[in-house]
Amino acid sequence: MLNFTPAAGAGSGAGGGSGAGGGNRARAVPGRTIRVRVKRCEGPGKASRWEVFAVKAEAGSNVISVLQQIASNPVTVEGERTTPVVWDSGCLEEVCGACTMVINGRVRQSCSCLIDEYAPGEGDEITLEPMSKFPVVRDLWVDRSRLFHNLSRVKAWVPIDGTYNLGPGPRETPAQQETRYALSECMSCGCCLEACPQFTLEEDPKAWGTSFIGAHAISQARLFNEHATGRALKGERLEALMGPGGVSDCGNAQNCVKVCPKHIPLTESIAAIGRAVTIHAVARWFRG
Amino acid sequence: MSHRVIVVGGGLAGLAASVRIAEAGVPVDLFSLVPVKRSHSVCAQGGINACNEVARQQGYSEYEHFDETIYGGDYLADQHPVLEMANWAPRIIDLLDRMGVPFNRTSEGYRDLRLFGGSLFKRTHFAGATTGQQLIYALDEQARRYEAEGKITKYEYWEFLGPVFADDAGGGRRCVGVVGQDLRTMQVRAFRGDAVVMATGGNGLVFGKSTNSIICTGAAAARCFKAGVAYGNPEMIQVHPTAIPGADKLRLMSESARGEGGRVWVPRTKNDARRASEIPEAERFYFLEEKYPAYGNIVPRDIATREIFDICVNQGLGVGGGNSVYLDLTHKDPEYLTRKLGGILDIYEKFVGVDPRREPMQIFPAVHYSMGGLHTTFVKGRYNPGEPLSKHVSGSAPPLGSEVGLGMSYGDPGNMVTNVAGLYAFGEVNFAYHGANRLGANALLSCIFDGLFCGLSVVNYMKNGAPSKTPHGQVGASVYESARSAEQSKYEALLGAASRGEADEKTNPYVIHRELGAEMTAACTVVKSEGRLRECLSRIGDFKERMARVRVPDAAGWSNQSLCFARAVGDMLSVAEAVCLGSIERKESRGAHYRTDFPERDDANFMKTTVARWDATGQRVTVEFAPVDGSLVRPTARTYGKKEAGAGQPKPAMSGV
Ligand SMILES: Cc1cc2nc3c(=O)[nH]c(=O)nc-3n(C[C@H](O)[C@H](O)[C@H](O)COP(=O)(O)OP(=O)(O)OC[C@H]3O[C@@H](n4cnc5c(N)ncnc54)[C@H](O)[C@@H]3O)c2cc1C
Ligand code: SF4
Ligand code: SF4
Ligand code: FES
Repeated sequence: MLNFTPAAGAGSGAGGGSGAGGGNRARAVPGRTIRVRVKRCEGPGKASRWEVFAVKAEAGSNVISVLQQIASNPVTVEGERTTPVVWDSGCLEEVCGACTMVINGRVRQSCSCLIDEYAPGEGDEITLEPMSKFPVVRDLWVDRSRLFHNLSRVKAWVPIDGTYNLGPGPRETPAQQETRYALSECMSCGCCLEACPQFTLEEDPKAWGTSFIGAHAISQARLFNEHATGRALKGERLEALMGPGGVSDCGNAQNCVKVCPKHIPLTESIAAIGRAVTIHAVARWFRG
Repeated sequence: MSHRVIVVGGGLAGLAASVRIAEAGVPVDLFSLVPVKRSHSVCAQGGINACNEVARQQGYSEYEHFDETIYGGDYLADQHPVLEMANWAPRIIDLLDRMGVPFNRTSEGYRDLRLFGGSLFKRTHFAGATTGQQLIYALDEQARRYEAEGKITKYEYWEFLGPVFADDAGGGRRCVGVVGQDLRTMQVRAFRGDAVVMATGGNGLVFGKSTNSIICTGAAAARCFKAGVAYGNPEMIQVHPTAIPGADKLRLMSESARGEGGRVWVPRTKNDARRASEIPEAERFYFLEEKYPAYGNIVPRDIATREIFDICVNQGLGVGGGNSVYLDLTHKDPEYLTRKLGGILDIYEKFVGVDPRREPMQIFPAVHYSMGGLHTTFVKGRYNPGEPLSKHVSGSAPPLGSEVGLGMSYGDPGNMVTNVAGLYAFGEVNFAYHGANRLGANALLSCIFDGLFCGLSVVNYMKNGAPSKTPHGQVGASVYESARSAEQSKYEALLGAASRGEADEKTNPYVIHRELGAEMTAACTVVKSEGRLRECLSRIGDFKERMARVRVPDAAGWSNQSLCFARAVGDMLSVAEAVCLGSIERKESRGAHYRTDFPERDDANFMKTTVARWDATGQRVTVEFAPVDGSLVRPTARTYGKKEAGAGQPKPAMSGV
């Protein structure tokens, strides 16, 4: 018989088990039932409400697999049949940024949020809410168009001549590559914006051009200023970051860097761009 | 002249096509289920292949890359397109480099290289262990630049529901647009275009859990298939040897782990209860290294997968008696590992809770990639030897150079177009290039190659083909309206049948999908046999019946994800059926397709492309076989120097470098 079932929860076999993960995982109770509290909203302008679901925790389950379980049988703890929860997701391995939400009050990716860590005991509760700095589409799904718009504001690209065959790009040292790679891992998830006191909900796209741009785009501006060809637009990027909603709106609260799942050195980027903007402003003043 | 192109899909293939076409001055409407930057291509870890100067000086060449790809694909791929792709590869790396991709560097500042499956030369370029993410970001940025200039218009969170065809003056059909649905407002709308490029990726969700992103349902391809587009080699499904089992997804551990020295083993004794670190070297069974001394752990995926499957399922030698084997990196310097593989080691640590720098990983095969896809044609280039050459001897001088146009005729509208004029297929959804098995790090290449090389074909089709006489603006409005209203009715029917309160497993789309995935994985992946496949075909029939009565668990007319999911599951069944029927009809073993009842490759009867078609009257799939372009290299046995096969061992050319 062609049996093809993977071992449940790798790492639990003979060789695994020392557990480099957080402490809760080791004491997670197998087969327990947990409670999932979800903030629901049927669409823009509609009021929110809470629903609680009881879910049996499978080996290795995460918030995504729990939401999948709920979708196939959406019944609340009160025994009421409801609709499946709507949420955004993609890669399921914390590399696309889609599944970002607020879990137990803290913004993070839901795919890498392990139930064993967050609800290790029988009856433990997990709370899921949509991000608050972006308009809700439905339930946990928010519209983050503004985040991509802000990448255009700082011209976050290398202005190449075209796709013709023109030989290799600029050579760079491993150290330069490492700096750029670290910045380039940003997946536009928006955690840094959710946590930032200066970045507030703005539903009107017309106001996006002058409202605070946020750590994410500032750091991307730095990424492209660091590239030998990307540097050609450095002046334009700094101009964009000088005006209203630019780098000077940052209050230096440093919340952003604490929540970034990719450990992007955001405060370093903000400082670097802040300095560059000052130099640029002085130079511009001298040029008249 | 106001031509427009519709590109469906914003992964690597769709973005490369959009950039290339916009650059030629033609406006592009780009559709995607998710913001394009979040497309599945971000998941790619290991790297992208191309001949490079270092490998060249060791005896490698574009030609050897071509030859490897053909051999790796077990002689099922049409050969001319592969030649062109291998020849173009170095230009693609250069371009990505210019776009700012942070490729890993050598101490002198050149692009670093790593070993990958199916080659004895280092020819894989990489950016840490998140190469796909870095490549798609570079293309996303270029697309954003064109968007800012108004040359690309994005329709993100829009779902493609079907192509729009119009009758052509010549009697045939051509593609003149698409019908799409806004996933927020649920508005169904038709869009006009002079050509449509499908770049919608793979279909891992047909197998339930896989290494793919959750959006890789294959439904977009299925909708073209059901509209009359032929599907090539559906049965060729790649099962990756090394993934982490999980509750929602089987997360990939990239082949680069083996390329960087990772060793696959199990304890020699069954049910050995000791921890991995306590098992002495002599009591470890490095089964890939023992059986394939030349390639060792970097044999191609289908081979590694079958060997792991055999060890666990047939021999019961899996770790702890279960379905997993060790993938061991603990002999390597932890700092080196972090630098080269940080991204994937973090994934393992995050999801399993064990640091793979200190303890071997436990892995098992998982469905990963679809070699099959929409069937496309091509126009041969200038290189046509009188008869096929014998297999290239690794390291020897190539018989030809790498100029443009030797493999495929550059800019010809007939490249990578489906059987419907104006409807192109690029990237993973295109069946071309990989034959019966894809070599690691060749997918990213084929996606970008399609977009850049064949993007010009699309432009030329509009300039010189049917749209030059009848541009989309002159196609009758009724063509679009009838396509739109057909989709609108389907949508309303599903909405009307929404369940209100009652639960029934038989008609629940999530339950049907779960059962379909389990069935397809059991019957149509690592090992197949006629009896089991027939059983699967009849189960698919049952699923079709259940889908006809499906009840969506949500009646909302706003952001109704369950409805979209149910509709996708219904469409996926047609591709599932093609996979199963192709597996039945291909009575041989080749590459990823392994039949226990026909264990040998049969070139006389089956060195042929499986062409599946949807019979709309009978609501079922039919299959026939079409000739493969095998005019450049002659097939040989594909043994990768396996010991029992007694074949001469290929020698790694200066492999120490
Ligand atoms: C985990 C993993 C690792 C990999 N690593 C490598 C590697 O190292 N090297 C390598 O060469 N290959 C690798 N591959 C394979 C490679 O990543 C894929 O083949 C490739 O990224 C596919 O790109 P694509 O552009 O064809 O499609 P995708 O990137 O899948 O994009 C598909 C696009 O189509 C859109 N779409 C789909 N359906 C619809 C619809 N109905 N309506 C509207 N839009 C739609 C999506 O929104 C998306 O934008 C890997 C694959 C996986 C799963
Ligand atoms: S440092 Fe600036 S960007 Fe970061 S959270 Fe504080 S105010 Fe926001
Ligand atoms: S900087 Fe970090 S938190 Fe902010 S969008 Fe990028 S990855 Fe997310
Ligand atoms: S689904 Fe991609 S980050 Fe979670």
